Amino acid sequence: MLANLPQLIIGLADLAAAFLFLYGLQRMSSPATAPSGILVAGFGMVAAVLASFLYVFSVSAAAQPHLGVNIGLALIALVVGGGLAWLSGKRVAMTAMPQMVALYNGMGGGAAGAIAAVELFGAKTQGATQLVVTLLGALIGAVSLSGSLVAWAKLQGVINKPLRVRGQQALNGVAMFAALATAGVILFAVLGGAPILLATPTWIYIFFGLALLFGVLMTLPIGGADMPVVISIYNALTGLAVGLEGFVLQNPALMIAGMVVGAAGLLLTLLMAKAMNRSVANVVFTNFGDAPKQVQGAIKGSLRPVEASDAGIAMRYASKVIIVPGYGLAAAQAQQKLYEFVKLLQAARVEVKFAVHPVAGRMPGQMDVLLAEAGVPYDLIFQLEDINDDFATADVALVIGANDVVNPAARTEKTSPIFGMPILNADKAKQVYVVKRGEGKGYAGIQNALFYGDNCNMVYGDAQAVLVKMIEAVRGLGAAAA
Amino acid sequence: MDLSITMTGFVALYVFMLAAFAGWVIIGHVPAILHTPLMSGSNFVHGIVVVGGLYALLNASTVQEQVIGFVAVLLGAGNAAGGFAVTQRMLAMFQTSEPVLAHAHPHAHARVHHLKKKG
Repeated sequence: MLANLPQLIIGLADLAAAFLFLYGLQRMSSPATAPSGILVAGFGMVAAVLASFLYVFSVSAAAQPHLGVNIGLALIALVVGGGLAWLSGKRVAMTAMPQMVALYNGMGGGAAGAIAAVELFGAKTQGATQLVVTLLGALIGAVSLSGSLVAWAKLQGVINKPLRVRGQQALNGVAMFAALATAGVILFAVLGGAPILLATPTWIYIFFGLALLFGVLMTLPIGGADMPVVISIYNALTGLAVGLEGFVLQNPALMIAGMVVGAAGLLLTLLMAKAMNRSVANVVFTNFGDAPKQVQGAIKGSLRPVEASDAGIAMRYASKVIIVPGYGLAAAQAQQKLYEFVKLLQAARVEVKFAVHPVAGRMPGQMDVLLAEAGVPYDLIFQLEDINDDFATADVALVIGANDVVNPAARTEKTSPIFGMPILNADKAKQVYVVKRGEGKGYAGIQNALFYGDNCNMVYGDAQAVLVKMIEAVRGLGAAAA
Repeated sequence: MDLSITMTGFVALYVFMLAAFAGWVIIGHVPAILHTPLMSGSNFVHGIVVVGGLYALLNASTVQEQVIGFVAVLLGAGNAAGGFAVTQRMLAMFQTSEPVLAHAHPHAHARVHHLKKKG
């Protein structure tokens, strides 16, 4: 019985971890309970990691002489890897969150791939099923690693443009087929007990090389604005890889955690794709800009620029204002100023709400985090389906740094590339103010009929500078006006 | 008492199926406002892969296995620690209006309803 004690403790710790992960994620169903959710999930992780050191009591005979060194390496890896990631996570700016998540995600995929590599090089798998699952997990983990790193580089601005070559899809297909074929060779070589053409370890190196290459090729052509979907996909893939390696290691905690994340990533991927009015395949295999440009019907009306101060004062005397923030707001680092302005409006008894589109930002929900960081209470932040009917009763819709997500062409213009995409009905408000750097087009490269509407005024300038002027104008009215 | 876990293909498939279903249902209840912390939080959860890395490293018997095992633990630990740090930071930012502010607000009840529906 006593000999079983380490095994018992490991089993219980892993079981507790699996439960705490599920319970922690369940507590994320509300912003009020979510902080405690991540905390309990963290306890589960610590328990599982500490317990796994009890593996020292059951290591294989071959590993016995190396045990001291291995424990030392494990401690160094934990402290260095965990420490560096912890520090970077504490310091990263909220606008840089997407690339940080991509980076951590790539690390997880890499870890899963590395575990598979140990199993493959050490010929530790038993039977065809385990080998197939190991290879599958290795492929997915490696693709997730290199793909996430490319996503990181794109979001970080290291790689600026989508890189495409002629016949990109054929090339991707060849790379993937080659990786799968190599996996097949390894499978037959190991099961048959004889190397095929090359030594099996050589094939394993080739296999990992091809898988990493495929991840790079798959991600390079995808544009920066499609990254919400891509990050979701790689999150799901890493989860899947971890789950599969969990099966190989006969560790149900890894299987459950991996599969839960896989399902979560899949769900988020589908939600994002829906919000962009595109299929997942369309995001991965084509480029938005590649679609043949439709000739647009002429838009009636003209753009009417107004002064920021006038717009600010108009909102001060409105009774209901809905703000539509876009990525341009975050790019101008103007969230704090925006909330300062909102507090002035609230002090003047103006009802203010924020309307957030699902794809505002570079990852799902990033705009909500950026607003929360600026101190905006989450009960003022509304999602598309909850607020869209409110625009009709709003005196003012203030659009800052958003374009395509408020383009009414998505509702009416059948030939528009964004037709059918769910949009925020900012055009239904009595008065619309659009804060914009210039007359440029949005990501979709099309004109926005909203800007030409009779109820719309343009406020040109950097969002930060515009908001400072609005704040000054409203303050200038003084207490007498309040 | 034998405590070792041996899972045949079908038992594993059942575990996968139930976990995927649980994940789908649980995540489906997370409001869109929390999708970024959710993504980094689920990212943190697959950091459990570090446990598999530790198993591989502690059982390493060649230099090659030690090197790859070390990389697995290094990356896995980074995944877990980083995922936790950013998720905790983001979730701490979500604050509700102070009662004073909600009182000044004529439509406070509508927002409460909104949150209930989400929860």
